[in-house]
Formats: sequence, C-alpha cells, structure tokens
Amino acid sequence: MVAEGADEPRREWWASEDFWRKCAIFVTGFMALVLVMLTFHTLTVIEAGSEAGRVPAYSVINYRIGFEFDEQRNFAVPVIGPPAPLFGEMLSEEEARRLVDHGKLTVQARNCMNCHTLLGNGAYYAPDLTKAWLDPGWGNEAAREILMTRFLDDPIANARTFGTGRRMPDPNLTEAELRGVIAYLKWMSAIDTNGFPHGFTPLPQGPLTGGGR
Amino acid sequence: MTFGRLEFASLRIGQKLAVHYFAVAMVLFLAQMLFGLLAAWQFLDPAFLFGVLDFNVNRMVHINAMVVWMLYGFIGSIYWLVEDEAGVPLVGPRIAKAAFWVFTVAVTIVVVVYLFVQSGPGDAWTLWLINEGREYIEAPRWADIGIVVCMLAIFYNVAGTFLAGRWSGISGVLVLDLVALAGLYLAGMFYTTNLPMDQYWWWWVIHLWVEATWEVLVGCIMAWGLIKTLGARRRIVTTWLYIEVALMFGSGILGLGHHYFWIGTPEYWLGVGGFFSALEPIPLVAMVVHAVYDAGRHAFRANNHPALAWLIAHAFGNFLGAGVWGFMQTLPQINLYTHGTQWSSSHGHLAFFGAYVTIIVAMIYVAVQRLRGNVWMSAGLQGGWRWKWALGLTHLGMMGMTVALLIAGYEQSFVERAIGGSTWQAYFEGQTQPWFVEAMWWRMAFGVLMTFGVVLLLWDLVRIGVGEERPMKVVGGLDDVEETLSEPVVEGSAAV
Repeated sequence: MVAEGADEPRREWWASEDFWRKCAIFVTGFMALVLVMLTFHTLTVIEAGSEAGRVPAYSVINYRIGFEFDEQRNFAVPVIGPPAPLFGEMLSEEEARRLVDHGKLTVQARNCMNCHTLLGNGAYYAPDLTKAWLDPGWGNEAAREILMTRFLDDPIANARTFGTGRRMPDPNLTEAELRGVIAYLKWMSAIDTNGFPHGFTPLPQGPLTGGGR
Repeated sequence: MTFGRLEFASLRIGQKLAVHYFAVAMVLFLAQMLFGLLAAWQFLDPAFLFGVLDFNVNRMVHINAMVVWMLYGFIGSIYWLVEDEAGVPLVGPRIAKAAFWVFTVAVTIVVVVYLFVQSGPGDAWTLWLINEGREYIEAPRWADIGIVVCMLAIFYNVAGTFLAGRWSGISGVLVLDLVALAGLYLAGMFYTTNLPMDQYWWWWVIHLWVEATWEVLVGCIMAWGLIKTLGARRRIVTTWLYIEVALMFGSGILGLGHHYFWIGTPEYWLGVGGFFSALEPIPLVAMVVHAVYDAGRHAFRANNHPALAWLIAHAFGNFLGAGVWGFMQTLPQINLYTHGTQWSSSHGHLAFFGAYVTIIVAMIYVAVQRLRGNVWMSAGLQGGWRWKWALGLTHLGMMGMTVALLIAGYEQSFVERAIGGSTWQAYFEGQTQPWFVEAMWWRMAFGVLMTFGVVLLLWDLVRIGVGEERPMKVVGGLDDVEETLSEPVVEGSAAV
C-alpha cells in the first residue's frame, strides 16, 4: 500500500488478485466438502426401506397408503395402513422390488417424464404423477385398480381430457409392464415429500389404522 | 489478409475447430426453435401430430438440442481462445478433430433415434440404446460414454495446450472448471429403481452444471471477451473472475438444495437449499456490475459492436433470467406452490437464454470478425441493421414468452395448487382457465417472433462484414479516455 497521492496505484487487500484467488479456492473447497458430507447423510436416509422412513420399502405396495396431515410437521405425510395387496397378491420385498423396477424402467423407456412430472420434475403437458395412485379421479378404492389398468391399456379410448383435448398416446404396454407401472406409482405415492403436492386429498379409502406395519 | 472475405485458411487450428463447433451449434439452435414451436403448438391443438411426433418427443428434442448446442458453443469458445491465451498451438489437433466428428456423428444418431424409434420396451436395453427417459439427460448410455470420451479428448487438448504454453488466471479457472464439469456428468450415468436416489444424482448433473460450472465457464469466456472487445485490463478482469467464482460456488454448490425440497430427501434441505439458493443472484449482480463498469470505463469503444452488445445482454439476461426469475420461486414457502408449474418453464426459458445463448452468440461474433479478416465491426457497419434487429427480435420474443409462461404459472399455482388441492381435476381446471389458454397463445406468438430473430441472426452471422474494407478498430490502453479519469491507471504487474 502506498500513501495517498503517490504515482503507484493503491492495492488494498480487498482489491488484490491474490486475496480473491485464495478466497475462491477456499470457498469452493469448503462448500464442496459440506455438500459431500450432507450427501453421505442423505443417501443413507433415502435408501428404500431405511429407518428414517422417508422412502418406503418396495413391499409397501402390499399395504393401503394414505396421505394425512401431521400436526407436528405441519403438512401432510404418507401413512401406511393395513394390508391391501396390489392385484390381490402379497409380495416379498424382492418380488415387490422387481415389479417396481420393471415399472420404473418402463416409465423411463416410454419417456413419460417429457409430458408428466414425477415428484414435480419433468414436463408440464400432463398431470403430476407423485400421487397418481391416490388421485380422487379414480373414484374409490375398489374401482381404482380396474380403472388404472383399463386406462393404461388403452389411454386413447379411455381418455378423459377435462376439456383440454390432451390425450395420452398409447404406450403399448405389455401386461407385465402395465402391472409394473401401477406398482411403481403406488410405491411413489408413499414417498415422504415434505407435504408436496400442497393441499392434496386422496380418494376415499378404508381405514388406515389397524394391521399397519 | 483481405477484409470482408472468408479467411478460414489463416485461422489457427483451434479456431478452425471452433468454427466447426459454432456451425453445428447454430444448426441445433434452429432445430431447438422449430421443435419448441411444434411443442408450443400442441398446447393449443393437442391433435396436431398426435401419435406421430407426440409432445414428449418434440419437447425432448427441444431441450436436448439446447443442451447439446450450448455444449458445442462452449467447446467452440474454449477452442477459440485456448491458443491465444496459452500462446502456443493446440497440442493434439488430430485427436481434437476426431473428437469433433465422433461427437457430431453420435449426436446425429441420437436425434435420428429419438425421432424415428422414440421409445422401447421397459428394460435396460432401451436405456442403453434408445432413450434414458430422464429429462435433459435422455441421451442413451452408449452416447453418454461417447460424450465422456470426447470430453476427455477436449480436456487433454485444453489442459495440454496451457501446460505447453503459459498459464493465466482465466485458464487456471477454466481448466479446473472443466474437470468439475466433466466429472459431474458421471453422476448421471447410472440406473436405480429408487426414484429419490435417481433424482438426487440427476440434480447433481443438471444443477451443478447449469447453476455452477456452466456459470463459471461463461465467467471465463466473459473475462476473455472483455479483454478482446474492449481492451479491458487483465488484472481487473481476473480479479473479478475470482470474486465471481467465490460467490458462484459459494452460493451455487449448496444452492443445489432447492431441488431437494420435495423429492423425498430430508427436511434440512428446505433450510440449506432455501438459504444458499437465495444468495445465488449475488454473483450475477457482480457480473452485471463488472461488465457494465468495464464497458463504461472504456466509453463503449469496442472493436466489435455486436459482440459487446450480446455480452452486455448476457450480463443483464443472466441476472434477470437466472437471478431474478430463479429467486422468485426459490424459497420453499413459495416453491411449494410453483414447483412443477409453468413458473419453472418461464424461469428455464429466460435463464438459459440470458445466461448462455447470449454469450455464445457474442463469442461467435468475435469469431466471425476474425474469419472475415479482422474487419471493422464498430459504428457504421454495413448492413448493421441485421444484427440489431436480430438482437431486438430474439430478446423481445424471449421476454414475451417468459412473461406469458409466468402468467400461466401464476394462474396454475393459484388455481391448481392453492385452491384446487393439486388433484388431476385441479390440474385440468388450471389448464383450461382463460388466463392459461391465452398465455399459451401469447407464448406461441412470441415464439414465432423469436424464431424470426434467430433466422435473421443466422443470416447475419453468414453475411456480416462482407464487403467491409476497413480494418478492425484498435481498442484498449485507455489512452483516449485517460484524461477524463481522476486517478492514473497503471497496467497491473500481475498480468500474464
């Protein structure tokens, strides 16, 4: 630093290249370290079926799933109810995982995400699928599986466009793919999403207490 | 060297490659516009191309063309400046050329498969060969591997050339940023059944590219661009670059958390993501101050008016599109209503345009000037109406689309989320509401307007400088403005 009025330019510490280079390196390194640490923690929490209970085990598709307001957390959270096996069949964790996996592969292979959103991410041409399994549009619990199967089997003939004229193109699902997709959607509806989507009320279902896990 | 004629033969090797990359980038830019128009029209007439080119295909090509042409633009920009900055020729020109052709052939195959095969059975083969089905990074796995190999070839050339020549602040930041950029892509190259796990890593690629490493990359390009077009002093530009890196990574790395509000990840991300992403506009303000200060300090005496105009457009567009539009919905209390609505597409459109389209176009103008034999591109340019109209039309079109989508998003958050309770019934009520429908028409109209602007831009890039006989204006040194400044300016000793 030089005295005021001298010919040399003043170089305060905060204007020096060297200070900001060190600052950039330190800040980047520190933030990256924090992110890595948080990532290690988050990954254990979002393991399917982990203690934290945020991401359910795949065998959750054997049970009735609800979405109810939680006083403590101040938003709605998924609730796992009594057994309500998908397609009337109790599956082991491994069988359930395989079914959900086939569904997820199918949803990726048919490029669903470029019309729909999953957990709110994707395109905005068609409705969000986060709570597809619980949507009141299916009427009631008894009709749901039949209507979902029928719709996915021939979405053009069974289209309900609600006045938009937007129909879902026929994805030509095989029987196994179709069941997988429904299992995947049921599992997805049981993920704890911090209350997203806001204000959602599921279709009428039987009681969620008694016989739950 | 003659003025106004194509001087391709006299370019450096890296610059020749850059011209190739820029050419492909501009073709893909036009493709992005056309598929965007198709998808926009399907909102208005859902029967249009139904079962032939469905919305999901058009939308996928629209966003993938964008991601790829921006990568081409960045790679082109880096090849354009690397030899100039390092002071030595490119170290591996043959590998670099091979990488360009491999990359381009791969992109062509991917697009052809997207358009004509579209989807496949629900198994791993589809993900490897046709479509990965994950927004933005749909490219099948074989192409992922190809992209990584090409990136390694490019990285070898860039880092190798700087190693063989000289280093500078800009090149140091650039090389480290490329390491991060290429490394992050790997986070998106795996399959898992677990959707929250899938989306967790997926955002590592999307967010840490777009809101961190890409931003720093354009910071490097901006720094070099200001030195070249204005003759800005290296010490000041480099210092600013470090400040931007500190602010950008300081906010952007943990700002990643704003994608982890609703995907099954723990509640602490609401706080972490909300806080740090709210800081993300700060580096963008710094960039505006920096660019405008430098341009003003040099009294806007630039050797390349179109390039400087697009650089200034970048500074403001980045701040407005990425900064303001991002900030609007980044707090979880607001994002709960706006997440997954047209609000996001409004932000996405303006942010990608403001932050990335603008600066790549600026770099292409820098390249075109050299390609025309360092011709005059300052005031009184022949046919100068073209670049001005292209600039105006693209910006007007983009702002119009952004505002239309924002209105649609407001309406959707209100009708579908706040009132309707986010059911499918509520979704469709939102979609048929007159405000939404009208917004979609306005989006279409402004999209057409912007497409005219892009066509004019491409025409100008081919024609600008033709027939111009004056040499490029000499800039820098600040000699002509020095007397108006209160303190003496001495060239920094830290300059390389």
